[in-house]
Amino acid sequence: MDSYTTKIRELSANLLKDEKVDFIIGFKQGTIPMAASPHIAKTSEQAEQFIWDNNCRINLANYLTSRKEKIGIIAKGCDCRNIVTHIIENKIKREQLHIIGVPCNGMIDKIKVSSLFDEEITGYSETDEVITIKTLSDEKNINKTEVLKSNCMTCTHRNPVIYDELVADLVEEQQIEDQFSDVRLIEEMTADEKWNHFDNLLKNCIRCYACRNACPLCYCPTCFVDESGPQWVGKGQDPTDIRTFHYLRAYHCAGRCTDCGACVEACPMDINVRDFTRKLNKDSLEIYGWEAGLTLEQRPPLDTFTPDDPNDFIK
Amino acid sequence: MGIEKERLHFSWISSAEATKFVDVVKEVTQIVETVGPNNKLVKKISA
Repeated sequence: MDSYTTKIRELSANLLKDEKVDFIIGFKQGTIPMAASPHIAKTSEQAEQFIWDNNCRINLANYLTSRKEKIGIIAKGCDCRNIVTHIIENKIKREQLHIIGVPCNGMIDKIKVSSLFDEEITGYSETDEVITIKTLSDEKNINKTEVLKSNCMTCTHRNPVIYDELVADLVEEQQIEDQFSDVRLIEEMTADEKWNHFDNLLKNCIRCYACRNACPLCYCPTCFVDESGPQWVGKGQDPTDIRTFHYLRAYHCAGRCTDCGACVEACPMDINVRDFTRKLNKDSLEIYGWEAGLTLEQRPPLDTFTPDDPNDFIK
Repeated sequence: MGIEKERLHFSWISSAEATKFVDVVKEVTQIVETVGPNNKLVKKISA
């Protein structure tokens, strides 16, 4: 990915030098192995810190909400779809943005990688297809495809949807036969089995709200869980309150979620938060033929009405 | 999410449709009774 990094630095430095943007949002090397941190560059010197590797998992569209400046942003496929969502929800204007598009081959799953080792990971390096992981006493080469993030495995929009410049040629999109096999497994469960599945999923939730904070869709000035008058949901660790938070948050993402996986990436307890939003993505696609963030021309299904909207559920 | 589907009903009833309201409520009650008391998503508050 070195060629990506070089190109990103070059394009960013030019943009800042020419004063085409006020700042650029991208990634820099994190402080621990297998981590990339968001980085904002205001000068071409700061742009030298930009990197691109298999760990640029979080969604940078999150930093665009209600900004007034002229902004450059490094965006892979899913970030771009969230930028589109931001634009149609009037959270930023297209004219304010200079999008440096990154054709993406998927990111690696830090949980899958660390589960392969007993010791702490102390070093990480990568070539195109192979990653090299070091621990105190071991060093292993792993094929990137074996440890791809699960949302990257079913991704069909790796290329940026809208962009002003590209850092490399567009990549070939994956042809996925069954995008939603994981959702179907849950759908086939009985009510009790579903209940136990989600009980188990949330048993470690500490309600830190990292999933919400990392999600580019969660930009309400006051989130319903933080509201105290009225208090919509209890603030403690009662399982009913934990469930209510996750269910409602997922519903707020209906028809908007791009399955970028930022929620899963942010979760310190390794909860697969996507289990909640996946079903809504499947329904959006099956009922309305809608995938979020693909076009600036069309309103999302849940903010429009058409006489032929399906309403078989109303008796 | 694990709530029995028998507990969820949607209906469109105008304020002028009293008989439809009665019919729907009767039907809903009957169906909900078949699954018994709800123990899920219930918060137990100790006094």
